[in-house]
Amino acid sequence: MAECHPVGYQWVMEARQRGAKVFHIDPRFSRTSATVDRYLQIRAGSDLVLTGALINYVLSNELDFREYVLAYTNAATIVSEDFRDTEDLDGLFSGYDPETGRYDTASWAYEGDTGQTDEMSEGDQRHAEAAGSDSYGARGAGSTATPPQDPTLSHPRCVYQILRRHFARYTPERVAELCGIAPEQFAELAEAITANSGRERTTAWVYSVGWTQHSVGVQYIRSAAILQLLLGNMGRPGGGIMALRGHASIQGSTDIPTLFNLLPGYISMPHAHRHDGLDDYLKREGGDTGWWGNRRAYMVSLLKAWWGDSATEDNDFRFDYLPRLTGDHGHYATVMGQIDGTVKGYFVVGENPAVGSANGKAQRLGLANLDWLVVRDLMVIETASFWKDAPELETGELSTEEIGTEVFFMPAASHVEKDGTFTNTQRLLQWREKAVDPPDDCRSDLWFYYHLGKRIRQRLGAGQVDPTDRPLMELTWDYPEEGEHRDPSAAAVLREIGGVDAEGRPLGSLRELKPDGSTSCGCWIYCGVYADDVNQAARRKPRGEQGPVAPEWGWAWPANRRILYNRASADPEGRPWSERKKYVYWDAEAGRWTGPDVPDFEEDKPPSYRPPEGAKAQDAIAGTDPFIMQSDGKGWLYVPSGLADGPLPAHYEPHESPIRNTMYGRQSNPARRTVDRPENPYNPALSPRFPYVFTTSRVTEHHTAGAMSRTLPYLAELQPAAFCEVSPELAEQVGLENGGWATVVTSRTAIELRVLVTNRVRSLRLGDTTVHQIVMPYHWGYGGGGLVTGDVVNDLSPVVLDPNVYIQESKAGTCDVLPGRRPRGAALRALIERYRDG
Amino acid sequence: MDETPTRRMGFFTDTSVCIGCKACEVACKEWNDVPDDGFVFRATSYDNTGALGADTWRHVAFIEQDGRWLMSSDVCKHCTNAACLDVCPTGALFRTEFDTVVVQSDICNGCGYCVPACPYGVIDRRERDGRAWKCTMCYDRLRGGLEPACAKACPTTSIQFGPLDELRERAQERVERLHAEGRTDARLYGESPDDGVGGTGAFFLLLDEPETYGLPPDPVVTTRDLGEMWRWAGVAAFGLAGAVAACFLRRS
Repeated sequence: MAECHPVGYQWVMEARQRGAKVFHIDPRFSRTSATVDRYLQIRAGSDLVLTGALINYVLSNELDFREYVLAYTNAATIVSEDFRDTEDLDGLFSGYDPETGRYDTASWAYEGDTGQTDEMSEGDQRHAEAAGSDSYGARGAGSTATPPQDPTLSHPRCVYQILRRHFARYTPERVAELCGIAPEQFAELAEAITANSGRERTTAWVYSVGWTQHSVGVQYIRSAAILQLLLGNMGRPGGGIMALRGHASIQGSTDIPTLFNLLPGYISMPHAHRHDGLDDYLKREGGDTGWWGNRRAYMVSLLKAWWGDSATEDNDFRFDYLPRLTGDHGHYATVMGQIDGTVKGYFVVGENPAVGSANGKAQRLGLANLDWLVVRDLMVIETASFWKDAPELETGELSTEEIGTEVFFMPAASHVEKDGTFTNTQRLLQWREKAVDPPDDCRSDLWFYYHLGKRIRQRLGAGQVDPTDRPLMELTWDYPEEGEHRDPSAAAVLREIGGVDAEGRPLGSLRELKPDGSTSCGCWIYCGVYADDVNQAARRKPRGEQGPVAPEWGWAWPANRRILYNRASADPEGRPWSERKKYVYWDAEAGRWTGPDVPDFEEDKPPSYRPPEGAKAQDAIAGTDPFIMQSDGKGWLYVPSGLADGPLPAHYEPHESPIRNTMYGRQSNPARRTVDRPENPYNPALSPRFPYVFTTSRVTEHHTAGAMSRTLPYLAELQPAAFCEVSPELAEQVGLENGGWATVVTSRTAIELRVLVTNRVRSLRLGDTTVHQIVMPYHWGYGGGGLVTGDVVNDLSPVVLDPNVYIQESKAGTCDVLPGRRPRGAALRALIERYRDG
Repeated sequence: MDETPTRRMGFFTDTSVCIGCKACEVACKEWNDVPDDGFVFRATSYDNTGALGADTWRHVAFIEQDGRWLMSSDVCKHCTNAACLDVCPTGALFRTEFDTVVVQSDICNGCGYCVPACPYGVIDRRERDGRAWKCTMCYDRLRGGLEPACAKACPTTSIQFGPLDELRERAQERVERLHAEGRTDARLYGESPDDGVGGTGAFFLLLDEPETYGLPPDPVVTTRDLGEMWRWAGVAAFGLAGAVAACFLRRS
C-alpha cells in the first residue's frame, strides 16, 4: 500500500501513530513492510492456506462474534443434501464435469431451493459460461428469502458445520509447510485479529492485485469475506475489506463499466441466445426478494437514459437495442480472436496491453494481425509502436513489412486537462475541474467518443436509415458543447447518470427510480449524484468543518453512504454493539435509523419488522437483515450460487508452481481457464526446469506500464532500469551479482533485468524444500517514449485465468534464472525451445 | 511584500514516518526546475540519485538492515553558523529574513569555495554551468506565504515545515513518545544550538547513528577556527616583521 498508494497510506501511518497494529503479508518486503508492526513473508500463491487457517482458528476456538454471525450471516442456513464438499471429493466440489472443466452449481443450493435452481439452471449455465460471475451483477445469485435454518448451528448440513469441516485441514502446520510462515508468527497474527474484533473493536483487511491476479483470486477475497463475517467486521466502522485499485477511478470503470459483461450499476449484459425480451431477461436475472427485486426500475431507467423518448412501454423500452453477449468477449479471448483473424479492429484507450497484459508476445501477435487499431493515450505507447519496435521483430517472428495493421494514434488529454470525476475504492466520487486546456490535438475521451458518435450518426442519417442502425440513431446524444473544440459538458453527462424525472428534474435518490419509464438514470447506483441540481461530487467541505464521516466531501454511491451494510453496526434490536463502535442505530422514539452516516436500510423499517408471505424486493427483508442486496438479507459465508469454482474457498496451487498441493489431490483450481495454444505454452507444474517462483509488482516511482512515468525525467531517474530482486542465497546459487544482469526464462520467453540482491527477499524454507522467489516490477517496455526502457516483465506471464472474472495469474508463476544478459534474435528463440523441449 | 523580520523557519524531518515515496525529491525538482541527475541504476537499495548535490536538493536514503529498512529524506541543513556563507567571496550566498541560507544564482561566479566548506557535503557545483546550487527552502514560496514544495508533497508529514522553535518542541515530544513506546533508538540530529554548527535550521529524527544515514556524527563549521587562524597568522606575521626589523636594527 505504501508502494502503490502512498497518499492513501498516510491514514495507515496516522492510525499506527494512534495505536493501531498493522500486519503486512506479502512475498516481497516493500516500503509497506518497512513501516508496519509485523511483516510476514509468504510464498506467492499460497495465501488461501493462511486465510483458511485463520478461519479455522476462529471456528475451532469458537472466537466468532456469535450474536452477529447468527443474526446477520447464513451460518444457520441448511444446504441441500446433494452438496458434496472438497472434503468428500478430494479437492472437488459436487457438480464437476471433467470434460468441460466446469461446475454445475445446482447441488450447491440451499435446502428446498430446487424451484429456483430448476428455473435458473438451464439458461444460467450457458450465461455463466459466457460471462463469469459478473453475469449475476450486484445481486449475487438467486435464492429464497427464507431458506430453512438451524439456529443451534448443530445441523450437520448447516453452513456453520460445513465450514468447520471444510476448514479443519487448514492448520498452522500447513501454513508453515505451504506459506513459509512459522507457527509463532501465525499465532501472533491470529491472536491479534481475533482480539481486535467483536463488540468493542474491529479489524480491516486491505488487498490489491496481489490477491486478485491468481487462477483462484476471487476465492482469496471470499476467504477474507468469511473471516470478516465470522468476526463481525462488516458494515461497522473500522472494519471491512478494502480493495485498492490499480489506478485512479478503476472503481468508476467497473461501476460504469468498461467490462464486456456488465451494464452500468452491475446490471448484467443480456445474452443473445438466452433473453427474448425485457420480461424474460428480468425474470432470469435474479430472485424477487432483496433490493435487487427492484431491477426493473433500474433497467428501465437506464434504457430511458440511453434511448429517451424512443423507449416506451410498448417497445420494451428498446431493450432489443442493447448489444448481446454470445460468449466470452474478455480481453484474452479478444486477443486470441485477433490472432485467429476473427477480430479485425481494436480500440485501446488508456491501456498498454503490449506491456501491461500477460504474455506480451501473444498481445503483439494479435495487434499485428488486425486491420485497424486505434490507440488513445498520452504517449505513443508500445501498443501503438509495436510494428516498428516489438521484440518479435528482432527474433524474426514479426516483420514490419508484413504487418498490415493500420494504426491510428489519437493523443489524449490528461486528468488536469479535462473536467470529470474520479471514483475511488471507497465508492467516493470526487469532481475535478479542468486546470489547463490540453495542448495541440490532445482531446478528452469524452470529446473523442461524443464527436465520433456524432460523425457516425451524421453519415448513417444521410439517407434511408437501416433498421440495424436505429439503436445508434435513436440514442440520446446531445450534450451542451463548450469552448473552441466543442467539448461536451462533463457535468451534463454526470447529471444524466445521476437521473432525472419525467420533467427533467434531477432525482434525489435511487428510491425514486420507477419501472414505468417515468424516470431515466444512466447508472442506478449513482442516482442522486446531481440531487437538487447540484453537482454533489464537487463538494469540498474540509474535514475540520464536519464530523469524521465527512458526508459533505464529494459523494459516495449509493445514496452518499460511506459504509455499506451499516445496519450491521447495530445489534438485531437496533442498539449499537458498543458505545465505542456506535455508528448507525435505531431511534425508537423517532421511529427511524440514525447516525453520522446515511443508513443502508429503509430509514423507517423497525428492527421488529418481519416480511409477510410473498413479499417482494426490500419488503422481503426483515428488520434484522443488513445485507439488503442479497435475496435472504444475509452475509454469505457459503455462496450457494454465483461463483464458478466453488461455494467455499479451497487452496489450489498456481497453474505454474514448484510445490505439490498437499491440501488436496487436485494440484490447481479445477475450474481455472487455460488457453491451450502454441502462442501460450505453459511451464509444467513441478518442473525442475523452472524451479523458482516469480511474482510481478510495482514500485512507487513508476505507474503501471510506464508511459506516464518513464517519460518524465524526475521519475525515470528514480528507478532507471528494469530490475529483479533476489535473495543473497539465490544470487549465490545462480551466480548473480548485485548491479549485474540476470536473464529470467519461462516457456513464453526470456527477458533480461538488472539485479538487486537484497536481504529483503528471503528464500523460504518449506519443510525439506527451499523456495526462491524473484520479484520483478513490470514498469518497463521497449519504447513508449521512455527516457528509460527495458524488457517487458509481463512477457514472462502465462495466460491462465480465474474462472469467475477472467483475470490472469500474473502474481505467481515459475521460471528459471541465468546470470548475464539474454541471447538476441534467433538465439533467444533457440533458448526458449530448449527449455520447452526439456 | 511584508519586509518585517520573521521567525526563523526550518524543517523537521521525522524519519520514523518516512515511507520512502520520494515525493519530496520530485516536488523539489518540479518547483525549482532542477535538472535530472542522470539515469543510473546504482544497485544500492531503492536509491538511484545517490546523494545531495547540485541536481538533487532532497535525497531519500534507503538503508537495508536486518529486518529493517530505514528511509530518510536528507536536505541542506541551513546551519546557524554556515561555512558556505562565510567563505562566499561574491555575496551570492546570503541569509534570508527567514534565517535560511540561499545561493543567488545570478551572483554566484562558480568559484566553488563553498563546496569544501560545507561540513555535510551538501552544496555542489553543477557541471554544465559551474555555479553552486542547493536547497533554498523554497525561498520564493516562503515569500509568497507558502510552505516549501517538499513539505507540501510529503504524504505522511515526515517533512514538517514551520517556525524552528515550535518544530524543536514538537520533535522533543515525538522523540519522548517513541522512547515511551520502547523505540529507544530514536534520537534528534541537528536540533541543538550547542553543536558544531550552532544547530541546524533543518534537523532530523533518526532511528540509528547519524553515520548509518551518511550524516557526520559531529559536524563542525569549517570556518570555526578561521578567526583564530588569522590571529595566529597575524602574530606570526608580526613576529616575522619584528625579526626582520631586528636584523636591520642589528646591522645598523
